[in-house]
Amino acid sequence: MSRAGKQTFVYDRPPAIVAHASIAGPKEGQGPLAEWFDVVLEDDLLGQKSWELAEMEMVRRCVQRALNDAHMGEDAVQAMLGGDLNNQIIASSFAARALGIPFIGLYGACSTFVQALVLGSALISGGDLDNAVCAASSHFCTAERQFRFPLELGSQRPPQASWTATACGCALLTAPGEGHSGPLRTTCGTVGRVIDLNITDANHMGAAMAPAVFDCIAAHLSDTGRGAGDYDLIATGDLGWIGRNLLLELADAAGVALPPDRLIDCGASLFYQEQDAHAGGSGCGCVASVSCGWLMKRLEQGELRRLLLVGSGAMLSPTSSQQGQSVPGIAYAVAIERED
Amino acid sequence: MSRLPFTPDEYGEIVSKLTPPSRHLRGYLRAFWVGGVICVLGQALTLWAETLSLGETTAPMFTTSVLVFLGTTLTGIGVYDRIGKYAGAGSAIPVTGFANSVAAPAIEFQREGAITGVGARLFTLAGPVLAYGIAASVLVGIVYWLIRGWVL
Repeated sequence: MSRAGKQTFVYDRPPAIVAHASIAGPKEGQGPLAEWFDVVLEDDLLGQKSWELAEMEMVRRCVQRALNDAHMGEDAVQAMLGGDLNNQIIASSFAARALGIPFIGLYGACSTFVQALVLGSALISGGDLDNAVCAASSHFCTAERQFRFPLELGSQRPPQASWTATACGCALLTAPGEGHSGPLRTTCGTVGRVIDLNITDANHMGAAMAPAVFDCIAAHLSDTGRGAGDYDLIATGDLGWIGRNLLLELADAAGVALPPDRLIDCGASLFYQEQDAHAGGSGCGCVASVSCGWLMKRLEQGELRRLLLVGSGAMLSPTSSQQGQSVPGIAYAVAIERED
Repeated sequence: MSRLPFTPDEYGEIVSKLTPPSRHLRGYLRAFWVGGVICVLGQALTLWAETLSLGETTAPMFTTSVLVFLGTTLTGIGVYDRIGKYAGAGSAIPVTGFANSVAAPAIEFQREGAITGVGARLFTLAGPVLAYGIAASVLVGIVYWLIRGWVL
């Protein structure tokens, strides 16, 4: 594996995405992308005793589904990379306990799925792993109780607030040339910097993350010598529609060409405006489910050939917010391309 | 090395420009009518209690108990959060909102058990109201005690 510039891995042996699965919650299943998800849950408790166990079960089912699609047993998988928004990433680690796959727990807030793809691809391209499953999840009810208020509290959200998606996405990567692998390859991945432009409103995560997303995209383009026009689509994670507009402002002011018609945001695409999700969907499961459900299928259908998937994360905790700290952002980018 | 074209201050200005404002007037009207209805209900209860010859000190306690019962019940059946989403402070400030702020964590943290869950988290939202409410009443009491000779 080689490097380009300061922040980008170039996968000389581009790993194949041999299978992917997505699960979405009931509200997400009423949104514009409903038909693209592999599973839409009817009950967001999944028959479990708590929301945390429900999220764990969602991750387990999602990984299981991807493995079934690839006709692969858990025993054959060498690593699971993933994380979620719960304290100590319990949804992912408890799912890994149930699956029995060697586990590398990650935390990049809502960017975790792309972080997992960047690292998993690096380990496979470098020959250290033959395969890896990358997964990330979020659940509205676990995130609310941890980051905001109890569910039954009668409170209002501001227009810039986002709605944590109940969703999970999972992609199975294998080394090139391992059997029937389909057309999708991860070709390079960029590790973003933690950027903070002093946004202190913890509700306004799109504004907090947009500078980090811009910085990561700019680094990716400069490291690889590519332009935004080299991609059919640049999909950001969960900036929401306000954050997407801020990203366009940043790119415009910095002179980085970022055509609006090739830039979408997974969070802004997840819900209809009438669904009362305010700025859009968010959470680790947002970019994971939208990319594994919608975007990868569009790549497979040949409608897209080159996709730059940019996960965005807000590195806040309830403690840092209560202590009045600003909200730093992080982003990771991975290029997913058709081989042919 | 910074690729960012804005300083934090410049960015803050762009953020405020591109962020849609809350709809204040609509919020005020909703808070006014819902809060007003709750207060009218409270007053009606007090008047009714007085006809039951509960007395001037007992009647307000009766009213408070009934409103807290209502707020808690509406929280338990999943209605109060919808009222709160619509009315904002209109349903948060009356005592029904106080009941909601105690009942909501009680429901939420059941799964962490009776001691570390419900017991410890019951007043996470109402705690500040109780602490400063009691502190303020003590303070007012002391001031009253000091000046009552001159005032009365």
